[in-house]
Amino acid sequence: MKIQGTGALVTGASRGLGRALAEALAAKGARVAMVARDAAPLADAVATIRARGGIAHAIAADISNKHAVHAIAGQAQGLIGEVGIAIHNASTLGPVPLRLLLDTECEDLAAVVETNLVGPFRLTKILAGAMALRGEGAIVHISSDAAVEAYPRWGAYSISKAAQDQLSRVLAAELADTGVRVLAVDPGEMDTKMHADAIPDADRASLQRPAEVAARIVAMIEDGERAKSGARLVAPNWQVAS
Amino acid sequence: MMYARAYARYASLAPAGTRIDEARASGGSSSALRSDEVSRHSVQLVTIDRMRDEVSITKFASLPSLLRAGDLVVVNDAATLPASLVGRTERGEDFELRLSRPIDGNRLFGVLLGPGDHRTRTEHRAPPPPIAIGDVVSLGALHARVVAAAGRRIELIARETGDALWQALYASGKPVQYAHRAELLPLYAVQTAYAGRPWAAEMPSAGRPLTWDVLLGLRRAGVQIATLTHAAGLSSTGDDALDRALPWPERYEIPRRTVELVADTKARGGRVIAIGTTVVRALEAAAHPSIGAFHAGSGVATLRLDADYKLRVVDGLVSGLHAPGESHFDLSSAFAPRERLTRAIELAAQHGLSSHELGDACLIL
Repeated sequence: MKIQGTGALVTGASRGLGRALAEALAAKGARVAMVARDAAPLADAVATIRARGGIAHAIAADISNKHAVHAIAGQAQGLIGEVGIAIHNASTLGPVPLRLLLDTECEDLAAVVETNLVGPFRLTKILAGAMALRGEGAIVHISSDAAVEAYPRWGAYSISKAAQDQLSRVLAAELADTGVRVLAVDPGEMDTKMHADAIPDADRASLQRPAEVAARIVAMIEDGERAKSGARLVAPNWQVAS
Repeated sequence: MMYARAYARYASLAPAGTRIDEARASGGSSSALRSDEVSRHSVQLVTIDRMRDEVSITKFASLPSLLRAGDLVVVNDAATLPASLVGRTERGEDFELRLSRPIDGNRLFGVLLGPGDHRTRTEHRAPPPPIAIGDVVSLGALHARVVAAAGRRIELIARETGDALWQALYASGKPVQYAHRAELLPLYAVQTAYAGRPWAAEMPSAGRPLTWDVLLGLRRAGVQIATLTHAAGLSSTGDDALDRALPWPERYEIPRRTVELVADTKARGGRVIAIGTTVVRALEAAAHPSIGAFHAGSGVATLRLDADYKLRVVDGLVSGLHAPGESHFDLSSAFAPRERLTRAIELAAQHGLSSHELGDACLIL
C-alpha cells in the first residue's frame, strides 16, 4: 500500500509510539490526523511534523467517549479527506501500580476495555466501510505480548488486548477480498511513558526506541504481501530493508 | 412507537384491494404513509418495474436477489455534517444556521432560520433576525463574519481555521433535525455504513438500509459497488420560494474507478442502479453532453429531474418513499410513469410503510 498522499488517522498520537507513527507516516507523504486527549502535547507533536514540511492535524478527543467518535472521524475527514490508514494506538493500563485481577475494581476493568477495545471498534465501524467500498485500506491494532502471555498484575490490560487481537482477526475474515487489511501488531517493549508507568525500574537502555518500531509498522502497512490481513505481527521480528 | 408500527403491520394484512382511506384509518395517521423511524435492519422495500405494470413489497435485505450479476450499484459516500448551528447576533438575537454546502476552507454557506428547535416544523418557525453583510455572529464555539446575504441564504467566513474550526464545528453543531421526531437525532443515526468525507447537509438517506450484510451480499451476487461523493443539500429551508427551487446546485466528485465501472457495466449490458437521487444527479450531470464525455473528477450538478428527463446513465433507483406532491416524487417520475409510482405509494401505505427520512425504501428498476 502506498503511503504517499494517503490519509492516515493515529490515536494516542501526542507521545510515544503514536507520535512516532504519525511522524513516520508524515515523512512518507501521508496526511495525518493525530488524536489524543491532551491538547498541549498534541499541538507540540503536530507542530514538529509541520516544521519538517509534513501534513498533520490535531484532534483533541478521548477515544473512550462514545459521543466523541463520530466527531473524531468527521473532523479527520474534513481536514485530511478520505482515511486510508487507521492506527489504533491509544490505550490505557488502568490504575497503576498494576494490580492483581482480584484487587481490580470491576469498573476499572470496564474502563480499560472501553478505551482499548470498544473505542477502537466504534472508530473502525465508522472508517472501515468507506475503505472497503474504495477497495483499499489498512486498520492496525497496536497489541502487546500481554495479549497472549498471562502476566500477573496485567489482567485488565491483558484481557482488553487479547480481545482486540480477536477483533482484528474476525474483522479481517469478514472483510476478506475487500482490499482492507486488518493487522494486530505487538510492538515489543519500548521506552515510553506507558512502559515507565507499568515497569518504573526497567533498564531503559534495553528498550526499543519508538521511532525504530514505528518504521517497522509503517513497512508492514506498505507490504501487503508479507503483512497479510488477519495476521498478528511481532515488530522486533520484522526485518526492514535499509 | 414500535408497538404502533407493529400494529399497523398487522392492520395491513387486510385482503388485497383494501382502500387507502381504510388503511389510513387503521394506522391512525393523518397521512397515507406512516412517518415513523424504521431500524436500518428491518427496512421494507417497494419494488416498481420500469417496463411492466408491476409493484410489490419485499424486505430491503433481499436486494441482492433482485439484482443480476453484472449490475452496478453506485452509492453516495458523503458523511452527514453536524449542519445545524445555534447562532446569536451581536445584538443578542438567536437564530439557527443550517449549512447547505460543504465547508470550503473557513467559508460557510447556509440558510438562516428563526429561533426555536426542531419540534416546530420548519415552515412554522419565526423568521430569522435581520442579519447583514459585515455582521459578526457566534455559532456555538465558532465565530463568523457575514460576507454575503440574499434573503435567508448566507455566506460567512469563520474566525477559526483548520483544526480549530473543525473541532468547534463538531463541538457545537447537531445534525439537521426532523420535526416529527421527539428526541434529538444524534450524529451516528444519520450516517451510512460507508460514509467518508463530511459533505452532506442532510443524510443521503437512501443508503441507510445498506448494511454490510446487504453490501457483501451484493458482491456475492456478482453486483459491483462503486462510490461517488455528492454534497447532498437541505431538504427544507422554511421559505416557500427557496424550497421550490430545491435542490440547489450541488458539488460532486466521481472517482476514476467509478467511471470505469459504469462504462464497463454499460458495455456488458448490466444496469447502473443509483442509491439515492443525489447519485442520479451526479452521474447524469457528469454524463451531460454539455460537458463532453463522461469523465471522472468534480463538478456541480444543476440539472433537475422530472418526467421529461431522459436518463443517460442510470437505469434504476433506490430511494425513500415519497408521496405525490413532494419534490422527490417528481424526481422518481424520470424513472417510471406517475400513475405507477402513485399506485406503489398506495400499496406502501396499505402495508403500513413509512415515508420518514429514516423510514422504508423503494426500488425502481
